[in-house]
Amino acid sequence: MKESLSIVELKNKCIDLKKNAISMIYKAQSGHPGGSLSVAEFVTACYWHAMNVDPQNPRWEDRDRFVLSKGHVCPAQYAALAMKGYFPMEVLDTLRKEGSPLQGHPSMTKCPGIDISTGSLGQGMACAVGMALAAKLDSKTYNVFCAVGDGECNEGEIWEACGTAYKYKLDNLVVFVDWNNLQLDGTCEEIMPPISLAKKFEAFGFEVQECNGNDMAEVVEALDKALASKNGLPKCIVGKTVKGKGVSFMENQCGWHGVAPNDEQYKQAMEELDSQYVKC
Amino acid sequence: MTLGKKVATRDGFGDEIVALGKENRNILVVDADIGKSCKTGAFRKELPEQYLNVGIAEQNCAGVAAGLATCGKIPFVVTYAAFGSMRMCEMIRQEIAYPRLNVKIACSHGGVTPANDGASHQAIEDMGILATIPNMTVIMPADYQSARKLVRAAAEYEGPVYLRFTRDAIPEIYNENTVFEIGKAHQLSDGRDVAIIANGDTVRLAVQAAEELAVKGVRARVLDMHTIKPLDVEAVTACVNDIGKIVTVEDHNIINGLGSAVACVAAEMGKGTVRRIGIQDQFGQSAPYERLLEMNGVTVENIVARALELQGK
Repeated sequence: MKESLSIVELKNKCIDLKKNAISMIYKAQSGHPGGSLSVAEFVTACYWHAMNVDPQNPRWEDRDRFVLSKGHVCPAQYAALAMKGYFPMEVLDTLRKEGSPLQGHPSMTKCPGIDISTGSLGQGMACAVGMALAAKLDSKTYNVFCAVGDGECNEGEIWEACGTAYKYKLDNLVVFVDWNNLQLDGTCEEIMPPISLAKKFEAFGFEVQECNGNDMAEVVEALDKALASKNGLPKCIVGKTVKGKGVSFMENQCGWHGVAPNDEQYKQAMEELDSQYVKC
Repeated sequence: MTLGKKVATRDGFGDEIVALGKENRNILVVDADIGKSCKTGAFRKELPEQYLNVGIAEQNCAGVAAGLATCGKIPFVVTYAAFGSMRMCEMIRQEIAYPRLNVKIACSHGGVTPANDGASHQAIEDMGILATIPNMTVIMPADYQSARKLVRAAAEYEGPVYLRFTRDAIPEIYNENTVFEIGKAHQLSDGRDVAIIANGDTVRLAVQAAEELAVKGVRARVLDMHTIKPLDVEAVTACVNDIGKIVTVEDHNIINGLGSAVACVAAEMGKGTVRRIGIQDQFGQSAPYERLLEMNGVTVENIVARALELQGK
Protein backbone atom coordinates (compact mmCIF):
# COMPACT_ATOMS: atom_id res chain seq x y z
CA MET A 1 0.00 0.00 0.00
CA LYS A 2 1.44 3.34 -1.01
CA GLU A 3 1.19 6.25 1.35
CA SER A 4 0.65 9.80 0.21
CA LEU A 5 2.21 12.32 2.51
CA SER A 6 2.79 15.99 1.79
CA ILE A 7 6.36 17.22 1.44
CA VAL A 8 6.13 18.80 4.88
CA GLU A 9 4.88 15.56 6.40
CA LEU A 10 7.68 13.68 4.65
CA LYS A 11 10.24 16.14 5.98
CA ASN A 12 9.00 15.63 9.53
CA LYS A 13 8.90 11.87 9.05
CA CYS A 14 12.52 12.06 7.94
CA ILE A 15 13.47 13.89 11.14
CA ASP A 16 11.77 11.15 13.17
CA LEU A 17 13.72 8.60 11.17
CA LYS A 18 17.02 10.40 11.69
CA LYS A 19 16.37 10.67 15.44
CA ASN A 20 15.58 6.97 15.63
CA ALA A 21 18.68 6.06 13.64
CA ILE A 22 20.97 8.18 15.84
CA SER A 23 19.28 6.87 19.01
CA MET A 24 19.87 3.30 17.93
CA ILE A 25 23.53 3.94 17.26
CA TYR A 26 23.87 5.82 20.55
CA LYS A 27 22.26 3.00 22.52
CA ALA A 28 24.33 0.38 20.72
CA GLN A 29 27.42 2.59 20.99
CA SER A 30 28.22 1.20 17.57
CA GLY A 31 27.12 1.82 14.00
CA HIS A 32 27.40 4.26 11.10
CA PRO A 33 25.70 7.62 11.69
CA GLY A 34 27.16 9.70 8.82
CA GLY A 35 25.76 7.67 5.92
CA SER A 36 22.54 6.88 7.78
CA LEU A 37 21.83 10.60 7.85
CA SER A 38 22.85 11.33 4.26
CA VAL A 39 20.57 8.61 2.84
CA ALA A 40 17.63 9.35 5.16
CA GLU A 41 15.62 11.54 2.79
CA PHE A 42 15.76 8.86 0.09
CA VAL A 43 14.76 6.10 2.52
CA THR A 44 11.87 8.23 3.81
CA ALA A 45 10.67 9.14 0.32
CA CYS A 46 10.75 5.46 -0.69
CA TYR A 47 8.83 4.09 2.30
CA TRP A 48 6.30 6.91 2.69
CA HIS A 49 5.87 7.99 -0.91
CA ALA A 50 7.15 5.75 -3.68
CA MET A 51 6.90 2.19 -2.42
CA ASN A 52 3.99 -0.18 -2.46
CA VAL A 53 4.57 -2.44 0.55
CA ASP A 54 2.57 -4.18 3.25
CA PRO A 55 4.30 -4.22 6.66
CA GLN A 56 1.83 -6.90 7.80
CA ASN A 57 2.96 -9.13 4.95
CA PRO A 58 6.66 -8.43 4.44
CA ARG A 59 7.08 -11.22 1.87
CA TRP A 60 4.08 -10.19 -0.24
CA GLU A 61 5.04 -11.30 -3.77
CA ASP A 62 3.99 -8.14 -5.56
CA ARG A 63 5.58 -5.69 -3.16
CA ASP A 64 8.15 -3.15 -4.21
CA ARG A 65 11.63 -4.11 -3.05
CA PHE A 66 14.22 -2.03 -1.24
CA VAL A 67 17.88 -2.97 -1.41
CA LEU A 68 20.32 -1.16 0.82
CA SER A 69 23.47 -1.98 -1.10
CA LYS A 70 25.43 0.27 1.27
CA GLY A 71 24.32 -2.03 4.07
CA HIS A 72 26.30 -0.34 6.85
CA VAL A 73 23.78 2.51 6.96
CA CYS A 74 21.03 0.09 8.00
CA PRO A 75 20.00 2.15 11.05
CA ALA A 76 18.17 4.39 8.54
CA GLN A 77 16.30 1.41 7.07
CA TYR A 78 15.66 -0.26 10.44
CA ALA A 79 14.15 2.99 11.71
CA ALA A 80 11.90 3.15 8.63
CA LEU A 81 10.80 -0.47 9.06
CA ALA A 82 9.93 0.00 12.73
CA MET A 83 8.10 3.25 12.03
CA LYS A 84 6.13 1.51 9.26
CA GLY A 85 5.15 -1.25 11.67
CA TYR A 86 7.22 -4.19 10.43
CA PHE A 87 8.25 -4.75 14.06
CA PRO A 88 7.79 -2.92 17.38
CA MET A 89 9.73 0.30 17.95
CA GLU A 90 11.41 -1.22 21.04
CA VAL A 91 13.29 -3.60 18.77
CA LEU A 92 15.33 -0.63 17.60
CA ASP A 93 17.06 -0.66 21.00
CA THR A 94 18.55 -4.06 20.19
CA LEU A 95 20.70 -2.91 17.26
CA ARG A 96 23.93 -4.92 17.04
CA LYS A 97 23.10 -6.85 20.22
CA GLU A 98 23.31 -10.62 20.56
CA GLY A 99 20.20 -12.34 19.21
CA SER A 100 18.83 -9.16 17.64
CA PRO A 101 17.06 -9.18 14.27
CA LEU A 102 18.90 -5.90 13.70
CA GLN A 103 22.33 -7.16 12.78
CA GLY A 104 25.23 -4.77 12.22
CA HIS A 105 24.48 -5.22 8.52
CA PRO A 106 21.03 -6.23 7.24
CA SER A 107 20.04 -9.89 7.29
CA MET A 108 16.96 -10.95 5.32
CA THR A 109 16.52 -14.11 7.36
CA LYS A 110 16.55 -12.27 10.68
CA CYS A 111 14.73 -9.01 10.04
CA PRO A 112 11.26 -8.63 8.49
CA GLY A 113 11.22 -6.14 5.63
CA ILE A 114 14.82 -6.74 4.56
CA ASP A 115 14.62 -8.00 0.98
CA ILE A 116 18.24 -9.14 0.70
CA SER A 117 21.17 -9.42 3.09
CA THR A 118 23.87 -6.87 2.37
CA GLY A 119 26.98 -5.52 4.01
CA SER A 120 29.77 -6.42 1.65
CA LEU A 121 29.86 -3.41 -0.65
CA GLY A 122 29.11 -3.61 -4.35
CA GLN A 123 26.92 -6.69 -4.09
CA GLY A 124 23.43 -5.45 -3.29
CA MET A 125 22.91 -3.77 -6.61
CA ALA A 126 23.34 -7.02 -8.56
CA CYS A 127 20.68 -8.55 -6.30
CA ALA A 128 18.38 -5.60 -6.97
CA VAL A 129 18.93 -6.23 -10.68
CA GLY A 130 17.97 -9.88 -10.16
CA MET A 131 14.75 -8.83 -8.40
CA ALA A 132 13.82 -6.35 -11.13
CA LEU A 133 14.59 -9.04 -13.71
CA ALA A 134 12.31 -11.53 -11.92
CA ALA A 135 9.49 -8.96 -12.18
CA LYS A 136 10.04 -8.69 -15.93
CA LEU A 137 10.17 -12.48 -16.37
CA ASP A 138 6.87 -12.84 -14.51
CA SER A 139 5.25 -9.76 -16.09
CA LYS A 140 4.80 -8.21 -12.68
CA THR A 141 4.70 -4.46 -12.14
CA TYR A 142 6.63 -4.04 -8.90
CA ASN A 143 9.63 -1.71 -8.71
CA VAL A 144 12.99 -2.18 -7.06
CA PHE A 145 14.71 0.65 -5.21
CA CYS A 146 18.39 0.40 -4.47
CA ALA A 147 20.65 2.74 -2.50
CA VAL A 148 24.35 2.62 -3.32
CA GLY A 149 27.17 4.67 -1.90
CA ASP A 150 29.48 6.88 -3.91
CA GLY A 151 32.47 5.10 -2.38
CA GLU A 152 30.75 1.81 -3.11
CA CYS A 153 30.90 2.69 -6.80
CA ASN A 154 34.63 1.90 -6.55
CA GLU A 155 33.49 -1.73 -6.72
CA GLY A 156 33.54 -3.24 -10.20
CA GLU A 157 30.46 -5.34 -9.54
CA ILE A 158 28.31 -2.19 -9.55
CA TRP A 159 29.22 -1.64 -13.18
CA GLU A 160 28.74 -5.30 -14.05
CA ALA A 161 25.25 -5.04 -12.61
CA CYS A 162 24.57 -1.95 -14.76
CA GLY A 163 25.22 -4.06 -17.84
CA THR A 164 22.56 -6.58 -16.90
CA ALA A 165 20.08 -3.82 -15.97
CA TYR A 166 20.49 -2.22 -19.38
CA LYS A 167 20.46 -5.46 -21.36
CA TYR A 168 17.22 -6.66 -19.79
CA LYS A 169 15.55 -3.23 -20.00
CA LEU A 170 14.92 -2.93 -16.28
CA ASP A 171 12.97 0.33 -16.17
CA ASN A 172 11.51 -0.96 -12.91
CA LEU A 173 14.87 -0.44 -11.19
CA VAL A 174 15.69 2.85 -9.46
CA VAL A 175 19.25 3.21 -8.20
CA PHE A 176 19.96 6.09 -5.83
CA VAL A 177 23.60 7.09 -5.49
CA ASP A 178 24.20 8.70 -2.11
CA TRP A 179 26.82 11.16 -3.28
CA ASN A 180 28.05 12.50 0.04
CA ASN A 181 31.60 12.64 -1.26
CA LEU A 182 33.13 10.94 1.77
CA GLN A 183 34.26 7.38 2.12
CA LEU A 184 35.92 5.70 5.07
CA ASP A 185 39.51 6.79 4.50
CA GLY A 186 38.85 10.27 3.10
CA THR A 187 37.06 12.19 0.40
CA CYS A 188 36.05 10.40 -2.78
CA GLU A 189 38.39 12.64 -4.73
CA GLU A 190 41.28 11.65 -2.51
CA ILE A 191 40.57 7.90 -2.29
CA MET A 192 39.30 7.16 -5.80
CA PRO A 193 38.19 10.08 -7.98
CA PRO A 194 34.66 9.37 -9.16
CA ILE A 195 35.03 11.72 -12.18
CA SER A 196 31.29 11.96 -12.85
CA LEU A 197 29.00 9.29 -11.43
CA ALA A 198 26.07 10.73 -13.40
CA LYS A 199 27.99 10.47 -16.68
CA LYS A 200 29.18 7.00 -15.81
CA PHE A 201 25.69 5.68 -15.13
CA GLU A 202 24.49 7.40 -18.29
CA ALA A 203 27.24 5.75 -20.30
CA PHE A 204 26.13 2.40 -18.86
CA GLY A 205 22.66 2.93 -20.27
CA PHE A 206 20.78 4.43 -17.31
CA GLU A 207 18.35 7.32 -17.46
CA VAL A 208 20.03 9.64 -14.98
CA GLN A 209 18.74 12.52 -12.89
CA GLU A 210 20.74 14.65 -10.50
CA CYS A 211 19.22 16.29 -7.47
CA ASN A 212 19.88 17.52 -3.97
CA GLY A 213 19.53 14.20 -2.18
CA ASN A 214 18.80 15.89 1.13
CA ASP A 215 16.01 18.04 -0.27
CA MET A 216 12.78 16.09 0.18
CA ALA A 217 10.88 17.87 -2.60
CA GLU A 218 13.69 17.21 -5.08
CA VAL A 219 14.02 13.54 -4.08
CA VAL A 220 10.28 13.00 -4.39
CA GLU A 221 10.20 14.70 -7.78
CA ALA A 222 13.11 12.58 -9.04
CA LEU A 223 11.44 9.40 -7.82
CA ASP A 224 8.13 10.31 -9.45
CA LYS A 225 9.89 11.07 -12.71
CA ALA A 226 11.86 7.84 -12.60
CA LEU A 227 8.75 5.75 -11.95
CA ALA A 228 6.77 7.48 -14.67
CA SER A 229 9.36 6.78 -17.34
CA LYS A 230 8.63 3.36 -18.80
CA ASN A 231 11.04 3.47 -21.69
CA GLY A 232 13.05 0.34 -21.05
CA LEU A 233 15.94 2.20 -19.43
CA PRO A 234 16.98 1.55 -15.84
CA LYS A 235 16.86 4.66 -13.65
CA CYS A 236 19.57 6.36 -11.63
CA ILE A 237 19.23 9.28 -9.28
CA VAL A 238 22.54 10.81 -8.29
CA GLY A 239 21.67 12.58 -5.07
CA LYS A 240 24.13 15.19 -3.87
CA THR A 241 24.08 14.72 -0.13
CA VAL A 242 25.92 15.73 3.00
CA LYS A 243 27.28 12.98 5.19
CA GLY A 244 25.87 13.49 8.68
CA LYS A 245 23.14 15.81 7.35
CA GLY A 246 21.07 17.38 10.12
CA VAL A 247 23.58 17.11 12.95
CA SER A 248 26.00 20.03 12.65
CA PHE A 249 29.07 18.42 14.18
CA MET A 250 28.66 15.27 12.04
CA GLU A 251 28.20 17.07 8.74
CA ASN A 252 30.95 16.48 6.19
CA GLN A 253 33.11 14.81 8.80
CA CYS A 254 34.86 11.67 7.70
CA GLY A 255 35.34 10.80 11.36
CA TRP A 256 31.59 10.25 11.77
CA HIS A 257 31.52 7.36 9.29
CA GLY A 258 31.39 4.62 11.88
CA VAL A 259 31.47 6.16 15.36
CA ALA A 260 28.68 6.41 17.95
CA PRO A 261 27.95 9.70 19.74
CA ASN A 262 28.65 10.06 23.48
CA ASP A 263 26.03 11.32 25.96
CA GLU A 264 26.67 14.99 25.32
CA GLN A 265 26.88 14.60 21.55
CA TYR A 266 23.70 12.55 21.53
CA LYS A 267 21.84 15.21 23.48
CA GLN A 268 23.00 17.90 21.09
CA ALA A 269 22.12 15.81 18.04
CA MET A 270 18.57 15.27 19.31
CA GLU A 271 18.15 18.99 20.08
CA GLU A 272 19.37 19.98 16.65
CA LEU A 273 17.10 17.49 14.90
CA ASP A 274 14.13 18.54 17.05
CA SER A 275 14.64 22.14 15.95
CA GLN A 276 14.27 21.09 12.31
CA TYR A 277 10.63 19.99 12.45
CA VAL A 278 8.47 22.01 10.08
CA LYS A 279 5.09 23.25 11.32
CA CYS A 280 2.26 21.93 9.18
CA MET B 1 31.87 -54.37 -13.23
CA THR B 2 32.35 -52.99 -16.70
CA LEU B 3 32.77 -49.32 -17.35
CA GLY B 4 30.59 -47.93 -20.12
CA LYS B 5 31.11 -45.47 -22.94
CA LYS B 6 32.80 -42.20 -22.21
CA VAL B 7 30.69 -39.06 -21.73
CA ALA B 8 31.56 -35.82 -19.94
CA THR B 9 29.48 -35.11 -16.86
CA ARG B 10 28.87 -31.57 -18.13
CA ASP B 11 26.72 -33.26 -20.78
CA GLY B 12 24.71 -34.89 -18.02
CA PHE B 13 24.05 -31.42 -16.62
CA GLY B 14 23.20 -30.01 -20.05
CA ASP B 15 20.66 -32.75 -20.74
CA GLU B 16 19.04 -32.81 -17.31
CA ILE B 17 18.66 -29.06 -17.00
CA VAL B 18 16.51 -29.01 -20.14
CA ALA B 19 14.23 -31.69 -18.71
CA LEU B 20 14.00 -29.80 -15.40
CA GLY B 21 13.35 -26.47 -17.09
CA LYS B 22 10.44 -27.94 -19.02
CA GLU B 23 8.91 -29.34 -15.85
CA ASN B 24 9.36 -26.21 -13.78
CA ARG B 25 9.23 -22.78 -15.38
CA ASN B 26 10.93 -21.22 -12.36
CA ILE B 27 14.15 -23.02 -13.20
CA LEU B 28 16.49 -20.58 -14.94
CA VAL B 29 19.95 -20.78 -16.42
CA VAL B 30 22.12 -17.74 -15.76
CA ASP B 31 25.17 -17.95 -18.00
CA ALA B 32 28.33 -15.87 -17.93
CA ASP B 33 29.32 -16.23 -21.59
CA ILE B 34 30.67 -19.77 -21.37
CA GLY B 35 27.36 -21.48 -21.86
CA LYS B 36 28.48 -23.27 -24.97
CA SER B 37 31.26 -25.10 -23.17
CA CYS B 38 29.13 -25.64 -20.08
CA LYS B 39 26.48 -27.30 -22.25
CA THR B 40 23.55 -24.95 -21.80
CA GLY B 41 23.05 -24.64 -25.58
CA ALA B 42 19.98 -26.87 -25.69
CA PHE B 43 18.39 -25.03 -22.76
CA ARG B 44 19.03 -21.68 -24.44
CA LYS B 45 17.44 -22.92 -27.65
CA GLU B 46 14.47 -24.74 -26.17
CA LEU B 47 13.67 -22.50 -23.20
CA PRO B 48 14.70 -18.97 -24.24
CA GLU B 49 12.36 -17.33 -21.74
CA GLN B 50 14.11 -19.08 -18.87
CA TYR B 51 17.56 -18.33 -20.17
CA LEU B 52 19.72 -15.37 -19.11
CA ASN B 53 23.26 -14.46 -20.03
CA VAL B 54 24.90 -11.67 -18.05
CA GLY B 55 28.17 -11.67 -19.95
CA ILE B 56 31.65 -12.11 -18.57
CA ALA B 57 30.70 -10.78 -15.16
CA GLU B 58 30.71 -13.64 -12.68
CA GLN B 59 30.37 -11.59 -9.51
CA ASN B 60 27.26 -9.90 -10.84
CA CYS B 61 26.04 -13.29 -12.09
CA ALA B 62 25.96 -14.64 -8.54
CA GLY B 63 24.25 -11.50 -7.23
CA VAL B 64 21.62 -11.45 -9.97
CA ALA B 65 20.88 -15.11 -9.23
CA ALA B 66 20.44 -14.28 -5.54
CA GLY B 67 17.97 -11.52 -6.40
CA LEU B 68 16.05 -13.87 -8.70
CA ALA B 69 15.94 -16.51 -5.97
CA THR B 70 14.37 -14.05 -3.51
CA CYS B 71 11.51 -13.82 -6.00
CA GLY B 72 10.89 -17.56 -6.17
CA LYS B 73 13.13 -18.46 -9.10
CA ILE B 74 15.54 -21.41 -9.02
CA PRO B 75 18.56 -20.06 -10.88
CA PHE B 76 21.39 -22.30 -12.03
CA VAL B 77 24.48 -20.11 -12.30
CA VAL B 78 26.65 -21.71 -14.93
CA THR B 79 30.38 -21.20 -15.35
CA TYR B 80 33.73 -22.98 -14.91
CA ALA B 81 34.65 -24.33 -11.50
CA ALA B 82 37.63 -21.99 -11.15
CA PHE B 83 35.39 -18.94 -11.58
CA GLY B 84 32.29 -20.31 -9.86
CA SER B 85 34.27 -21.01 -6.73
CA MET B 86 36.81 -18.22 -6.65
CA ARG B 87 35.72 -15.26 -8.80
CA MET B 88 32.23 -15.51 -7.29
CA CYS B 89 33.28 -16.76 -3.91
CA GLU B 90 32.40 -13.82 -1.71
CA MET B 91 29.16 -13.14 -3.58
CA ILE B 92 28.15 -16.74 -3.03
CA ARG B 93 29.00 -16.41 0.64
CA GLN B 94 27.29 -13.08 1.26
CA GLU B 95 24.29 -13.14 -1.05
CA ILE B 96 23.53 -16.84 -1.52
CA ALA B 97 24.84 -18.91 1.38
CA TYR B 98 24.28 -16.44 4.23
CA PRO B 99 20.59 -15.90 3.38
CA ARG B 100 20.42 -19.56 2.31
CA LEU B 101 18.88 -18.77 -1.04
CA ASN B 102 17.82 -21.40 -3.54
CA VAL B 103 20.63 -20.87 -6.05
CA LYS B 104 22.62 -23.66 -7.71
CA ILE B 105 26.17 -23.03 -8.85
CA ALA B 106 26.70 -25.50 -11.69
CA CYS B 107 30.30 -25.65 -12.85
CA SER B 108 31.98 -27.48 -15.65
CA HIS B 109 35.75 -27.88 -15.94
CA GLY B 110 36.21 -29.31 -12.46
CA GLY B 111 39.59 -30.54 -11.25
CA VAL B 112 42.31 -30.95 -13.87
CA THR B 113 39.80 -31.81 -16.60
CA PRO B 114 40.35 -28.49 -18.44
CA ALA B 115 43.77 -30.04 -18.98
CA ASN B 116 45.25 -28.26 -21.98
CA ASP B 117 43.85 -24.91 -20.78
CA GLY B 118 46.50 -24.97 -18.08
CA ALA B 119 46.56 -24.04 -14.41
CA SER B 120 44.40 -20.90 -14.74
CA HIS B 121 41.40 -23.02 -15.66
CA GLN B 122 42.05 -26.13 -13.60
CA ALA B 123 40.03 -25.91 -10.39
CA ILE B 124 41.76 -27.88 -7.68
CA GLU B 125 40.68 -25.75 -4.73
CA ASP B 126 36.98 -25.21 -5.43
CA MET B 127 35.23 -27.92 -3.44
CA GLY B 128 37.25 -27.15 -0.33
CA ILE B 129 36.54 -23.44 -0.63
CA LEU B 130 32.81 -23.96 -1.05
CA ALA B 131 32.68 -26.59 1.69
CA THR B 132 33.96 -24.10 4.27
CA ILE B 133 30.97 -21.82 3.63
CA PRO B 134 28.03 -22.51 5.97
CA ASN B 135 24.74 -23.62 4.34
CA MET B 136 26.51 -24.90 1.19
CA THR B 137 26.11 -28.36 -0.25
CA VAL B 138 29.02 -29.53 -2.41
CA ILE B 139 28.67 -32.28 -5.00
CA MET B 140 30.72 -33.90 -7.74
CA PRO B 141 29.02 -36.70 -9.69
CA ALA B 142 31.07 -39.61 -11.01
CA ASP B 143 29.53 -40.09 -14.43
CA TYR B 144 26.86 -38.98 -16.87
CA GLN B 145 23.92 -40.79 -15.24
CA SER B 146 24.77 -39.76 -11.71
CA ALA B 147 25.28 -36.19 -12.94
CA ARG B 148 21.73 -36.19 -14.26
CA LYS B 149 20.36 -37.65 -11.04
CA LEU B 150 22.27 -35.29 -8.79
CA VAL B 151 21.38 -32.21 -10.85
CA ARG B 152 17.75 -33.20 -10.38
CA ALA B 153 18.27 -33.79 -6.67
CA ALA B 154 19.91 -30.37 -6.38
CA ALA B 155 16.96 -28.73 -8.12
CA GLU B 156 14.56 -30.44 -5.75
CA TYR B 157 16.60 -29.49 -2.68
CA GLU B 158 15.73 -26.09 -1.20
CA GLY B 159 19.00 -24.22 -0.66
CA PRO B 160 22.37 -23.43 -2.18
CA VAL B 161 24.25 -26.21 -3.95
CA TYR B 162 27.62 -26.26 -5.70
CA LEU B 163 27.83 -28.85 -8.48
CA ARG B 164 31.06 -29.71 -10.23
CA PHE B 165 31.31 -31.46 -13.59
CA THR B 166 34.08 -32.71 -15.86
CA ARG B 167 35.03 -31.16 -19.15
CA ASP B 168 36.53 -34.42 -20.32
CA ALA B 169 34.62 -37.55 -21.18
CA ILE B 170 34.79 -40.25 -18.51
CA PRO B 171 33.35 -43.77 -18.59
CA GLU B 172 29.79 -44.41 -17.51
CA ILE B 173 29.55 -46.35 -14.26
CA TYR B 174 25.83 -46.31 -13.51
CA ASN B 175 22.69 -46.97 -15.45
CA GLU B 176 19.64 -44.77 -15.49
CA ASN B 177 17.98 -46.76 -12.71
CA THR B 178 20.67 -46.12 -10.11
CA VAL B 179 19.34 -44.02 -7.27
CA PHE B 180 21.31 -41.13 -5.76
CA GLU B 181 20.64 -39.07 -2.70
CA ILE B 182 22.45 -35.89 -1.70
CA GLY B 183 24.69 -36.62 1.27
CA LYS B 184 24.50 -40.39 0.92
CA ALA B 185 27.52 -42.28 -0.39
CA HIS B 186 26.86 -44.79 -3.12
CA GLN B 187 28.51 -48.14 -2.42
CA LEU B 188 29.86 -49.78 -5.56
CA SER B 189 31.37 -52.90 -4.00
CA ASP B 190 31.91 -54.34 -0.56
CA GLY B 191 34.96 -55.84 1.05
CA ARG B 192 36.64 -55.93 4.46
CA ASP B 193 40.30 -55.42 3.55
CA VAL B 194 40.35 -51.81 2.44
CA ALA B 195 37.90 -48.98 1.78
CA ILE B 196 38.42 -46.81 -1.26
CA ILE B 197 36.45 -43.58 -1.02
CA ALA B 198 36.45 -41.52 -4.19
CA ASN B 199 34.38 -38.91 -5.95
CA GLY B 200 33.91 -37.36 -9.36
CA ASP B 201 36.12 -38.47 -12.20
CA THR B 202 38.25 -40.62 -9.90
CA VAL B 203 35.47 -43.06 -8.99
CA ARG B 204 36.21 -44.94 -12.21
CA LEU B 205 39.85 -45.31 -11.03
CA ALA B 206 38.67 -46.64 -7.68
CA VAL B 207 36.48 -49.20 -9.43
CA GLN B 208 39.37 -50.38 -11.58
CA ALA B 209 41.72 -50.47 -8.60
CA ALA B 210 39.24 -52.60 -6.65
CA GLU B 211 39.17 -55.09 -9.52
CA GLU B 212 42.96 -55.32 -9.58
CA LEU B 213 43.05 -55.72 -5.82
CA ALA B 214 40.49 -58.50 -6.02
CA VAL B 215 42.84 -60.43 -8.28
CA LYS B 216 45.45 -60.12 -5.53
CA GLY B 217 42.97 -61.36 -2.96
CA VAL B 218 42.33 -57.95 -1.40
CA ARG B 219 38.61 -57.13 -1.09
CA ALA B 220 37.76 -53.44 -1.31
CA ARG B 221 34.67 -51.51 -0.29
CA VAL B 222 34.32 -48.75 -2.88
CA LEU B 223 32.28 -45.69 -2.02
CA ASP B 224 31.28 -42.95 -4.43
CA MET B 225 31.24 -39.98 -2.06
CA HIS B 226 29.62 -37.62 -4.56
CA THR B 227 28.63 -35.19 -1.81
CA ILE B 228 31.57 -33.95 0.25
CA LYS B 229 29.30 -31.64 2.24
CA PRO B 230 27.24 -32.76 4.00
CA LEU B 231 29.62 -35.70 4.23
CA ASP B 232 28.07 -39.12 4.74
CA VAL B 233 29.67 -39.47 8.16
CA GLU B 234 27.79 -42.67 8.80
CA ALA B 235 29.33 -44.36 5.77
CA VAL B 236 32.83 -43.15 6.67
CA THR B 237 32.36 -44.23 10.29
CA ALA B 238 31.35 -47.67 9.08
CA CYS B 239 34.51 -47.87 6.97
CA VAL B 240 36.64 -46.97 9.98
CA ASN B 241 34.86 -49.44 12.26
CA ASP B 242 34.51 -52.30 9.79
CA ILE B 243 37.81 -51.97 7.93
CA GLY B 244 40.03 -49.30 9.47
CA LYS B 245 42.13 -48.91 6.33
CA ILE B 246 41.00 -46.19 3.95
CA VAL B 247 42.34 -44.78 0.71
CA THR B 248 40.69 -41.58 -0.55
CA VAL B 249 40.89 -40.49 -4.18
CA GLU B 250 39.94 -37.15 -5.68
CA ASP B 251 40.66 -34.82 -8.57
CA HIS B 252 41.15 -31.96 -6.09
CA ASN B 253 43.90 -30.68 -3.87
CA ILE B 254 44.52 -33.19 -1.09
CA ILE B 255 44.13 -30.21 1.24
CA ASN B 256 40.53 -29.44 2.18
CA GLY B 257 38.77 -31.88 -0.13
CA LEU B 258 37.32 -35.36 0.21
CA GLY B 259 40.48 -36.83 1.76
CA SER B 260 40.61 -34.15 4.43
CA ALA B 261 36.93 -34.64 5.25
CA VAL B 262 37.34 -38.41 5.61
CA ALA B 263 40.56 -38.04 7.61
CA CYS B 264 38.79 -35.68 10.03
CA VAL B 265 36.16 -38.33 10.78
CA ALA B 266 38.82 -40.98 11.41
CA ALA B 267 40.91 -38.60 13.53
CA GLU B 268 37.96 -37.71 15.73
CA MET B 269 37.19 -41.40 16.15
CA GLY B 270 40.80 -41.92 17.15
CA LYS B 271 41.23 -44.92 14.94
CA GLY B 272 41.78 -46.03 11.40
CA THR B 273 44.44 -45.12 8.85
CA VAL B 274 43.74 -42.86 5.92
CA ARG B 275 45.89 -42.46 2.81
CA ARG B 276 44.94 -39.50 0.64
CA ILE B 277 45.40 -39.54 -3.12
CA GLY B 278 44.74 -36.30 -4.97
CA ILE B 279 46.39 -33.23 -6.41
CA GLN B 280 49.58 -32.69 -4.47
CA ASP B 281 49.05 -29.06 -3.50
CA GLN B 282 50.63 -27.88 -6.74
CA PHE B 283 49.37 -25.97 -9.77
CA GLY B 284 48.96 -27.89 -12.99
CA GLN B 285 50.08 -27.07 -16.52
CA SER B 286 48.86 -27.60 -20.07
CA ALA B 287 49.07 -31.35 -20.57
CA PRO B 288 46.76 -34.26 -21.34
CA TYR B 289 44.19 -34.88 -18.61
CA GLU B 290 45.38 -38.39 -17.78
CA ARG B 291 49.00 -37.16 -17.64
CA LEU B 292 48.05 -34.49 -15.12
CA LEU B 293 46.41 -37.09 -12.91
CA GLU B 294 49.50 -39.28 -13.29
CA MET B 295 51.82 -36.42 -12.25
CA ASN B 296 49.90 -36.30 -8.97
CA GLY B 297 49.69 -40.03 -8.43
CA VAL B 298 45.97 -40.11 -9.15
CA THR B 299 46.18 -43.48 -10.90
CA VAL B 300 44.85 -46.99 -10.59
CA GLU B 301 48.39 -48.19 -9.86
CA ASN B 302 48.85 -45.80 -6.98
CA ILE B 303 45.47 -46.65 -5.46
CA VAL B 304 46.43 -50.34 -5.62
CA ALA B 305 49.87 -49.61 -4.14
CA ARG B 306 48.42 -47.58 -1.22
CA ALA B 307 45.81 -50.21 -0.56
CA LEU B 308 48.42 -52.98 -0.48
CA GLU B 309 50.68 -50.88 1.73
CA LEU B 310 47.82 -50.69 4.23
CA GLN B 311 47.67 -54.49 4.18
CA GLY B 312 51.33 -54.55 5.14
CA LYS B 313 52.16 -55.89 1.71
